[in-house]
Amino acid sequence: MKSFLIITRRSPYGTSYGKEALDAVLMASAFVPVSLLFLDDGVFQIKQHQDADCIEIKDYSPTFAVLEQYDVKNIYVSASSLQHRGLTEKDLVLDVEVISDARIANLLDTNAVVLSF
Amino acid sequence: MHCIDTDREGYLKDLSDWSADVAVQLAESESLTLTDNHWEVIHLIRDFYMKYKISPTMRVLVRQVRDKLGVEKGRSFHLLTLFPDNPLKRLSKIAGLPKPPNCD
Repeated sequence: MKSFLIITRRSPYGTSYGKEALDAVLMASAFVPVSLLFLDDGVFQIKQHQDADCIEIKDYSPTFAVLEQYDVKNIYVSASSLQHRGLTEKDLVLDVEVISDARIANLLDTNAVVLSF
Repeated sequence: MHCIDTDREGYLKDLSDWSADVAVQLAESESLTLTDNHWEVIHLIRDFYMKYKISPTMRVLVRQVRDKLGVEKGRSFHLLTLFPDNPLKRLSKIAGLPKPPNCD
């Protein structure tokens, strides 16, 4: 079965890319093995203490925690993306695997389908 | 019985309007009488929605029911018996949640 890697690389709220990536993960997980990678500004999507009420948008960061129920176990965050933004694993709402750029290259190689949002 | 504000399909417009009494009324509009078996699933799906901010798919709901309420109840058949025809849709409506996606 073809495995999917979904890369989410934009900050939340400004555009709908982040939410769309999450929806894609939820949908694809019903059919194929899916991995999710937070890259670049995508790491802000799982930053703690988001408050989107003042812009009248739903904060979707709690929804990432549901991925385990959908059998999405491989959730990665780029170490360099975190570092460049002054973030650490402790700032995140989700238990994730922080990985090096070399591991990211490996993920790109080993997954049959790569979707970038 | 006071009037509850729903959309054309019977889903609550304002999710915070929900209460046990409202659930009973919504169930009546679906011709269902709520039993303990219904209530435990209603509370389960509401807890799920409050925690994750999305509705589960049927597959995930069945698994949640199995994990929380036991293997006997964690079957599509059990949910179909409680909420005939389209369990996810009817359950969401009575639980005061939005219409689930992919659910016509």
